[in-house]
Amino acid sequence: MKKFTQEAGVVLPLNRANVDTDFIIPKQFLKSIKRTGFGVNLFDEHRYLDKGEPDADNSGRPLNPDFVMNQPRYAGARVLLARDNFGCGSSREHAPWALDDYGFRAILAPSFADIFFNNCFKNGLLPIVLDKAVIDALFNEVEATPGYELSVDLAAQEVRKPNGETIAFEVDQFRKHCLLHGLDDIGLTLEDSAAISAFETTWREKSPWYFTLSN
Amino acid sequence: MVISMSSKTLYDKIWDAHLVTQREDGTALIYIDRHLIHEVTSPQAFEGLRLAGRAPWRADANFATPDHNIPTTKAERDAGIDGIKDPISKIQVTTLDDNCREFGILEMSMDDIRQGIVHVVGPEQGATLPGMTIVCGDSHTSTHGALGALAHGIGTSEVEHVLATQTLMAKKAKNMLVRVDGTLQRGVTAKDIVLAIIGEIGTAGGTGYTIEFGGDAIMALSVEGRMTVCNMAIEAGARAGLIAVDQATIDYIEGRPFAPKGEVWERAVEAWRDLHTDEGAVFDKTVTLDAATIEPQVTWGTSPEMVVSVNGFIPDPQQEQDESRRESITQSLSYMGLAGGTAIKDIQLDCIFIGSCTNSRIEDLREAAKVVAGQKVASTIELAMVVPGSGLVKQQAEAEGLDKVFIEAGLEWREPGCSMCLAMNADQLGDGKHCASTSNRNFEGRQGFGGRTHLVSPAMAAAAAIHGRFVDVRDL
Ligand code: SF4
Repeated sequence: MKKFTQEAGVVLPLNRANVDTDFIIPKQFLKSIKRTGFGVNLFDEHRYLDKGEPDADNSGRPLNPDFVMNQPRYAGARVLLARDNFGCGSSREHAPWALDDYGFRAILAPSFADIFFNNCFKNGLLPIVLDKAVIDALFNEVEATPGYELSVDLAAQEVRKPNGETIAFEVDQFRKHCLLHGLDDIGLTLEDSAAISAFETTWREKSPWYFTLSN
Repeated sequence: MVISMSSKTLYDKIWDAHLVTQREDGTALIYIDRHLIHEVTSPQAFEGLRLAGRAPWRADANFATPDHNIPTTKAERDAGIDGIKDPISKIQVTTLDDNCREFGILEMSMDDIRQGIVHVVGPEQGATLPGMTIVCGDSHTSTHGALGALAHGIGTSEVEHVLATQTLMAKKAKNMLVRVDGTLQRGVTAKDIVLAIIGEIGTAGGTGYTIEFGGDAIMALSVEGRMTVCNMAIEAGARAGLIAVDQATIDYIEGRPFAPKGEVWERAVEAWRDLHTDEGAVFDKTVTLDAATIEPQVTWGTSPEMVVSVNGFIPDPQQEQDESRRESITQSLSYMGLAGGTAIKDIQLDCIFIGSCTNSRIEDLREAAKVVAGQKVASTIELAMVVPGSGLVKQQAEAEGLDKVFIEAGLEWREPGCSMCLAMNADQLGDGKHCASTSNRNFEGRQGFGGRTHLVSPAMAAAAAIHGRFVDVRDL
């Protein structure tokens, strides 16, 4: 997994509650059997004026000038500022893949949907929960200041503003450890193979009816 | 405290029974009994296994069926895999076949009568059993909680993790009880209950919780109705929904192909009888609804919480005090092409979709058929389709003559799959069209680019097909 230590960059404000994973990456792009290449179709239905198709050339497509991401001042954004319940809906991991592929490294919101939140960590993308008041203030500052950047320091658990102020955030310690070191979950779990096998043996004796799937 | 430590919620019981290791920070390794697989969220996981040179930990814990990309017209289905015209969809379906073959995983493939929407097929085959932990790379895995299983959606990285280790790294959620007491009015169904719950607690109301649905109105539902309720737990923000096991659950499972038999069945049933919340167990949050006050529900916006009674009105954003809510309502209405203050019954409909893992089982089709029998779909409806949840549901419906009822009324009778629930196949809602749909998500573009979805029960969708607009099924 990709490491996350410290990241800084332009902030894109997406002022909308309940952004669902269909919004982040529409279903037609889920037909891919690859993990990469979703960045050009991130927020596709809002970013472009026409309907996107998988494997198509996106370079000539008409951009939606009203969508915040298309404003030149937010080009190359690395930090996404979002509203409540970000990432709700389908479990598609294509959503964090698309955000990551586009270049986002951290997402700041008052709340996230559970599955999406979890999926972010598996892909080296850091979702950060901050108080609604703090998020409100950030929206105001970002919108008022072209080129507004934030820096995110995972080890220190701090978001740093351009004026040097810092905002502390909480993160699960195990997830922090995995992100900081880019650890692979499966490798870690397999270190507990013996415990899994022992559990399985006992469980099979106790509940054999869960072990009878065959054609 | 007097409350004994031994009083557990149903969620606590299943969680504790599957705990392999527990770390100090609260992260646990949970053993997974059943892993359901479909074609969309699994290819990258199988590829990951191959790249790392890993084999599935226990191939016989897995169960696969393609559903999202499958075409639903008879001509296409008769052509087999070549009937999938979109080459990218076709690759995804053949990739699932190849992966299942390579890794020795049981698959109900496209040409198997048992194929269907994974959340319909699992319970139907007895692959979903009470007390199990079940995961699938699909958020509507919550459906299986209706049988007293702890079931939830996972991402593709976790699909790979479960394939490789038979476990999931997880943190225990909090316990929420949603109790629905009393008796439903005639014509009001499981779908209306769950939409009313989401209207009450909001789409983030269950975030961080496992929701147990209880109360006499829930326990009075058939097992299929319970699946409809648990299916949409995720739309209330909860990864998992759960319902206690009772005699109805056991009767539903008995005799299904993969259910235990003989002496093992007897032992299993005895163990399952304990799958309910103990008296005195404490929930972190409890929400109570009165079944008698629930009316048929219709969503008007682009989030399932944007829901009112069929006799209600679309809210006027001008009347909304909270700025962010006002903004959300305005955005939704602009997408939906609707004005605040409009009566739900005045919305003009173009399309009807009866299907999806929420409402495509045999009882759903019976309810819809009862409403349309002997009538004709309104001339203003461009497309009305019924998509059974599995090949076996379709077969059963045809044995009962439901297909003829639909066809005579002017609805299309299709082959099983996810279809217009998310429109990954050719079944897409047109730009700007309004659809009464029995599915679970009314997000922008969900049923097709620019499509406008109104979530309702099967009976309400059927009545809307006949009238071209929403009518109160209680008046029929
Ligand atoms: S029917 Fe719809 S919600 Fe259910 S699994 Fe298929 S796409 Fe997902």
